[in-house]
Amino acid sequence: MAAVNSLARPRRARRPANRRPGRRPERMWAYLMVAPMTIGLSVFYLWPIAQTFYFSFTRSGPFGGHTWIGTANYRALVDEPSVFQSVANTLFYAVVQLAGIPLAVLLAALLNQRGLRGRSIYRLVYFLPVVTMPVAVAMLWRWMYNGDYGLINQLLSVVGIQGPHWASDPSVALYAVAAIGIWMALGYNMVIFLAGLQGIPTMYYEAAAMDGAGPARMFFRITVPLLSPSIFFATVLTVINSLQMFDLAYMMMSTPGAAAGTANPALPRVRTVSYLFYQKAFVEHDLGFGAAVAFVLLGFILAMTLIQFRLQRRWVHYA
Amino acid sequence: MRDGAMAGSRSARTAVTHVVLIAGAVVMVGPFVWELLTSLKTFSETTHLPLTFLPHRWQWSNYVRVFEQLPFRQMFLNTVLMAAGRTLAQLVFCSLAAYAFARMRFPGNKLLFGLFLSVLMVPSQLFLIPQYVIIQDLGWVNTLQGLIVPGMFSAFGTFLLRQFFLALPHDVEEAARLDGANAFQIFLRIALPLARPGLLALTILTVLWSWNDLMYPLVVTTDPSAMPLSAGLATLQGEHFTDYSLLMAGSIMATAPMIVAFVVLQRHFIQGIAFTGAKG
Repeated sequence: MAAVNSLARPRRARRPANRRPGRRPERMWAYLMVAPMTIGLSVFYLWPIAQTFYFSFTRSGPFGGHTWIGTANYRALVDEPSVFQSVANTLFYAVVQLAGIPLAVLLAALLNQRGLRGRSIYRLVYFLPVVTMPVAVAMLWRWMYNGDYGLINQLLSVVGIQGPHWASDPSVALYAVAAIGIWMALGYNMVIFLAGLQGIPTMYYEAAAMDGAGPARMFFRITVPLLSPSIFFATVLTVINSLQMFDLAYMMMSTPGAAAGTANPALPRVRTVSYLFYQKAFVEHDLGFGAAVAFVLLGFILAMTLIQFRLQRRWVHYA
Repeated sequence: MRDGAMAGSRSARTAVTHVVLIAGAVVMVGPFVWELLTSLKTFSETTHLPLTFLPHRWQWSNYVRVFEQLPFRQMFLNTVLMAAGRTLAQLVFCSLAAYAFARMRFPGNKLLFGLFLSVLMVPSQLFLIPQYVIIQDLGWVNTLQGLIVPGMFSAFGTFLLRQFFLALPHDVEEAARLDGANAFQIFLRIALPLARPGLLALTILTVLWSWNDLMYPLVVTTDPSAMPLSAGLATLQGEHFTDYSLLMAGSIMATAPMIVAFVVLQRHFIQGIAFTGAKG
């Protein structure tokens, strides 16, 4: 993981004195080398950002025309209850995902103990969901959440609990989806923390042991503060990824017969902003409204990331 | 005496550690085991209470049924070609641009790199509508090129490889320059082979993301036989909603290649993914 750290902070090597910037043939080569990527990114990414912005002020006709309607899409956003609800759902989902972080810190700290046997097996097992297709993961969990024949309710019935229909009960479905999200991201967060833990000198623990500190005290007084930059990194990424969540909600809500994702009673309580974007733009073909939703999403991601960078001064310790 | 007590408490602590880690591991692996067992049961067995743990008779034929009831072979092929096409193109285009940004100076490089970075920081929902319009205008809906072409370009891949090139020592390149090699020759003969770990990381990530991505293929394909596995399985769930043994067999076959690749290349996967942060 040392490679990762050195990557994060590139060392800019000294530029030899005899290399003047931008000699003519070198300049030509440079432009040739950046050209394909520049053209591709411009056509498929940069220009589309501008176009999405333009679309958000238009209404698209059935035959592809775009009529300028000013801020009507944004005003409609404010009025439509599904927008407010999906923003609330997405924020809730993101906050619940943060609960996975302390869990990952604890497991990583346990895994990092010196001389622990089977470390690589544990790491393999915890990381498995990270590389598994989210569509398949959602399908598998939906089967386990099945109200009648699901494994989870079967296990609950052993201890006398009648479990709900996890995927379609509006009061629990979002928790059920959030649990899958935590399960999927756990191994990823653990790997970030394992890398961070490797950077904590063992002498701190030795000194603390000398003073008679127990494992819990060492965890809270040494491990957590010194790991706080990694925890901050994981928190920022978790929030950015959670705010864009689509796959799990889409797969949990789709129903047979009807167009995917229209008839599940829990849909209004599970629909994320990204899901709403997909539904408006590509199911209902309201490109302008979809584009406006995309900008709402961008605004949320920027705002949440900014807030986290502001708060970091209060709790992140850089050695 | 005291040493013995300390050793005792240490081994107790190790035991507690293993108990917690094993409990966690059961939660991580249990669903996969259940997936496998379900894929080998009959339909009536999956909906018979109380549930049985092991299949009564192992129904390997469920895996054959996936091929019969879905264009699974075609979807698998689409996925492989999509991942391969995007990855090969990215390796070429990203490494070319990345080397220029890392080692060469040209007017406008800062501005251009800033534009690349802005692509990196914006959520993919901001490109998707115009990408769909472009694909539609080109008549590429339900085609392989529609699945591949936008994914051939990546600001992330350029940024990733640039970091690798920046970390290379200057001396060898300088020696080659004094021997009269031009910038492109130095890139191709010297820098590129040295950046092999970076190319491997980019390969792993691009293949994995292509394999697992859902929203883009859902948007540019409508015909099941043009879909990659992710969109295809999502459609399968819509149509064969309750036949979970079929769904589980399909999803095991769809996920197996990435899981096998991960087990074989474990260290590279973990390093690559840990470096990246955000998906997509």
